[in-house]
Amino acid sequence: MNLTLFVVVLITAILLVVIAMSIARAISPRSFNKQKGEAYECGIPTRGKSWMQFKVGYYLFAILFLMFDVEAVFLYPWAVTVQDAGINGLLGVLFFLVILVLGLAYAWRKGALEWK
Amino acid sequence: MFDFGVVTQWIDELLRSFLPGTAATLVELVLIGLCLLVGYAVIALILIYAERKVCAFFQCRIGPNRVGPYGTIQSIADMLKMLTKEIIEINHVDRFLFNLAPFMVIIASVLAFGCLPFAKGLHVIDFNVGIFFLIAVSSIGIVGILLAGWASNNKYSLIGAMRSGAQMISYELSIGLSILTLVVFSGTMQLSEIVEQQAAGWFIFRGHIPAFIAFVIYVIAGTAETNRGPFDLPEADSELTAGYHTEYSGMHFGFFYLAEYLNMFVVAGVATTLFLGGWMPLHIPGWEGFNQVMDYIPSLIWFAGKCAVVIFIIMWFKWTFPRLRIDQLLHLEWKYLLPINLCNLLLMVIVVVFKLHF
Repeated sequence: MNLTLFVVVLITAILLVVIAMSIARAISPRSFNKQKGEAYECGIPTRGKSWMQFKVGYYLFAILFLMFDVEAVFLYPWAVTVQDAGINGLLGVLFFLVILVLGLAYAWRKGALEWK
Repeated sequence: MFDFGVVTQWIDELLRSFLPGTAATLVELVLIGLCLLVGYAVIALILIYAERKVCAFFQCRIGPNRVGPYGTIQSIADMLKMLTKEIIEINHVDRFLFNLAPFMVIIASVLAFGCLPFAKGLHVIDFNVGIFFLIAVSSIGIVGILLAGWASNNKYSLIGAMRSGAQMISYELSIGLSILTLVVFSGTMQLSEIVEQQAAGWFIFRGHIPAFIAFVIYVIAGTAETNRGPFDLPEADSELTAGYHTEYSGMHFGFFYLAEYLNMFVVAGVATTLFLGGWMPLHIPGWEGFNQVMDYIPSLIWFAGKCAVVIFIIMWFKWTFPRLRIDQLLHLEWKYLLPINLCNLLLMVIVVVFKLHF
């Protein structure tokens, strides 16, 4: 039942965009102007390409994010059962977290968290 | 306490009385979709109006007051205006991705919206991994924003999208970890069950110190996640015009606008559900009369009221703090919130294991 509802909500979302877009396309005015198709800039045409290599700093943070996000995924099943596992659950996850924090400390020490 | 299950049951029986089984189910599914759509649009309109009024009062202005009494129809007029604006075709965009981006953003926000328990018996998607599902679908929105910025072929859009991506994935961690803290406390990921457990007392009171820290972190990270308030540098208007949606016009832009406000509601709704008891009324142990009176207030109003409070706090942030720089923003997340969150998680486990909570 939940999966059916999930599909229903998904279709609702797609329909919302499709319907609103088709209404907008039907009733909105249209006019042609050569300058209108240009990219938005400060008044002059864009210099060079916009699809270019980008600052690597963002990439570093994305990698760090990957590490911690996967960690969070691993922790969720543990979080549900920790009440039954008791002290063993606490000790078990402590090792996991220590290794993770070491990773964060390493990244911090190496200057990966600085924005340069 | 009024149970909305009665209404849905009644509609179900009514439909089955004159329709065959499959047709009745089909009609019900269409009804669910329609209700969701109407709720989505109405909440967006209310939020846009509220945002403008709250903003106006913070700046000692009156705000919208011409269209309708106290300007209440202003946002409907805005929506109609948005629909009638021309959708400009830009020459150098990646057309497929450019048109795909609003879909991703809207899908993410509608799916997350569908997961929330609005009132007793008023709950669309209720997976047993509900909260996990909610985090998963709401992060699809990041893909939409990155697509929008990349496909626009515009430098402002690209910078905005990159900033937004870095910001949203970073703060996603804090959201995930502070929710994890609460999952440790409740022992379940199903949203309806989380709300049921709070009948005895809201988690923010029962989990005392760690739950409160998690709540504060959640609200900060949620504000960042919705690109609002002091964290609105992806669309910092004075530097990047409009950030990732610079090239979007008309209704195309409207979807980003809609999704932004709905994401704010979803953040407030999750904060309400996890920390402030969802639709559960405020009960104080020992005060029987008080509890009885509180029970008379419908659950939908409890949910809406708590959401409104959280949304007001998020709006308050926006008009109180100056905008952060990108390095300050990333430092706040990686050097403060993340370590605090990890310590808080351990604190919560200790509280749960040694039964130190109420």
